[in-house]
Amino acid sequence: MAQALQRAMRDAMAEDPAVHVMGEDVGTLGGVFRVTDGLAKEFGEDRCTDTPLAEAGILGAAVGMAMYGLRPVVEMQFDAFAYPAFEQLVSHVSRMRNRTRGALPMPIVVRVPYGGGIGGVEHHSDSSEAYYMATPGLHVVTPSTVPDAYGLLRAAIASDDPVIFLEPKRLYWSKAEWSPDAPAAVEPIGRAVVRRAGSSATLLTYGPSVPVCLEAAEAARDEGWDLEVVDLRSLVPFDDATVCASVRRTGRAVVVHESAGFGGPGGEIAARVTERCFHHLEAPVLRVAGFDIPYPPPMLERHHLPGVDRVLDAVARLQWEAQS
Amino acid sequence: MTVQELPGATAYPAWKLRTDPAPLLPDPEPYRVLGTEAAAGLDRELLLRLYDALVHGRRFNTQATALTKQGRLAVYPSSTGQEASEVAAALVLEERDWLFPSYRDTLAAVARGLDPVEALTLLRGDWHTGYDPRESRIAPLSTPLATQLPHAVGLAHAARLAGDDVVALAMVGDGGTSEGDFHEALNFAAVWRAPVVFLVQNNGFAISVPLAKQTAAPSLAHKAVGYGMPGRLVDGNDAAAMHQVLSEAVRRARTGGGPTLIEAVTYRMDAHTNADDATRYRADAEVEAWRAHDPVRLLEGELTGRGLLDEERRGAAAEAAEAMAADLRGRMNADPLLDPMDLFAQIYDVPTPQLREQSEQLRAELEAEAGR
Ligand SMILES: Cc1ncc(C[n+]2csc(CCOP(=O)(O)OP(=O)(O)O)c2C)c(N)n1
Repeated sequence: MAQALQRAMRDAMAEDPAVHVMGEDVGTLGGVFRVTDGLAKEFGEDRCTDTPLAEAGILGAAVGMAMYGLRPVVEMQFDAFAYPAFEQLVSHVSRMRNRTRGALPMPIVVRVPYGGGIGGVEHHSDSSEAYYMATPGLHVVTPSTVPDAYGLLRAAIASDDPVIFLEPKRLYWSKAEWSPDAPAAVEPIGRAVVRRAGSSATLLTYGPSVPVCLEAAEAARDEGWDLEVVDLRSLVPFDDATVCASVRRTGRAVVVHESAGFGGPGGEIAARVTERCFHHLEAPVLRVAGFDIPYPPPMLERHHLPGVDRVLDAVARLQWEAQS
Repeated sequence: MTVQELPGATAYPAWKLRTDPAPLLPDPEPYRVLGTEAAAGLDRELLLRLYDALVHGRRFNTQATALTKQGRLAVYPSSTGQEASEVAAALVLEERDWLFPSYRDTLAAVARGLDPVEALTLLRGDWHTGYDPRESRIAPLSTPLATQLPHAVGLAHAARLAGDDVVALAMVGDGGTSEGDFHEALNFAAVWRAPVVFLVQNNGFAISVPLAKQTAAPSLAHKAVGYGMPGRLVDGNDAAAMHQVLSEAVRRARTGGGPTLIEAVTYRMDAHTNADDATRYRADAEVEAWRAHDPVRLLEGELTGRGLLDEERRGAAAEAAEAMAADLRGRMNADPLLDPMDLFAQIYDVPTPQLREQSEQLRAELEAEAGR
């Protein structure tokens, strides 16, 4: 996936001289996850820039660059190190278009490696999507597959609005039948996709939890459940149509994500589904999420992250008896 | 119109310099003692104490690095090459003072007397902070850069309000000085005349980014002038110089003189962490050049030259370091006893009903797992 993301930036930079990549260690080193590897060499340090170590400064400078017509792609080194930039994000990036009546759109992409499961010490495993979702004016997207990583990042860079691009860091090393020579067509931001068709219940998920849900769906076959897995891909905008079509078909839904459940994305998603599909639902929409705790140390993270068992337990609680 | 005529100008013109910057300016040559004539006046006992601590510190670094290779530590940001500054920072403090280390400063915490295993929990991955900061007067090793600096200012300020002559010593890397928190902390400290010492360890790189891409300032110590506090440049590999300059800053802070910014010029001999590949951004020749200026060898040379270090003393230091390393190895080789239920400990003073529910869920899962 790291390679697909890098290819997306390379193609965008080659096509449009306004695209600039910047962040900590993105140049010579190619980023701590090597996602920007080679870009500085190919496009020069003015197009792929090692910045001083200051997230607020990086994003604030990106705002000014965007005002002057550039399209900055900013890398935040890790989820929890993006927090110093929240001031710029919330006070300026997200509302600049609105407060200037469209005069100053903010075509900025903020790439954030996020999520746990890589054994990182504290501040290296946060799932911060709820904060971004709660800020109107931002797009929030997250790929779960290699082709999507390419397609979504191309779409994000092409977008004239700010996009928080959440990269599930434990999927960086995932491989796929994907050739950098024939990248998939770029889909617009905002479409969910059915990753696995099924009829008994729908698992609504995104990013790092997609592979977990696909595995759970396979395991569920033994229990006689045929689970559909919907990969949301974009949290803002939200694809009500694809989600509701699935839930109406299956009549049951579980939302799965690793970020904390309370005040988390699952609550919003469950509410939307309930509002739109109430008469089609055979059971309340359930949530499987990380516990409501600060991300735990690596030696305990497996107890925190929602795994296959926890997903299956939730599926089992979907009031199957009531159906007959 | 002169500035004085501006509306709102009071008796004291706002544009007039409030402090003469000259005494605040650092000497552009890093302060050195070892190998110079000034070294003759150094206290023998102090030098030997520094030597023991350096040998101990070096061994701690090599042992911790070895533990990453055995998978016993998730990660270790080594301070090999920076021991003089780490150790001096710990030794200049009184028991009542506080240390505010960054994630690279495990050694400073250990040199202050913390049990190495407790100091390493963050990096082993069994807990975020394995010691009691109040008891040890060592704030949690800070992972987000520079964020601990305002804490140091606040603590020092509070101590002064309480009438206690407590000093806070806060450590940060060269990269960390670019963060907004660094600026805000220094400004607060200077305005409040808080008893804080800021120690910047300039080890050349922030991961891959060299100092030249981090700052255009003449030196990091020069930044002090803009805040109205003295800046000092020190050879960070010279343990005696580090001890002197830090002691002086601590004394100044303790006696109401306000904060000081110290830049220790040193070098990171190892990669950023064991997960980093330093060959991508620096040349071996540079590393080799710094090896000739190794902090342990520097002090050893001084001591030997003055006939203060005999084989016995050298052997005793090495032996003590080896004993620490063996003990550390032994205790780190045992898996820590972890209770997954600790996930829910100390989130709040009183757990929320939701957390109680979630902990019951985990308990049931664990029982099911055990029963399988
Ligand atoms: C706010 C924040 N941003 C980014 C990081 C990721 N990061 C960890 S260490 C590091 C480099 C730090 O360099 P420096 O301050 O010079 O300290 P050194 O590692 O050299 O001791 C970076 C960018 C972080 N920990 N915190």
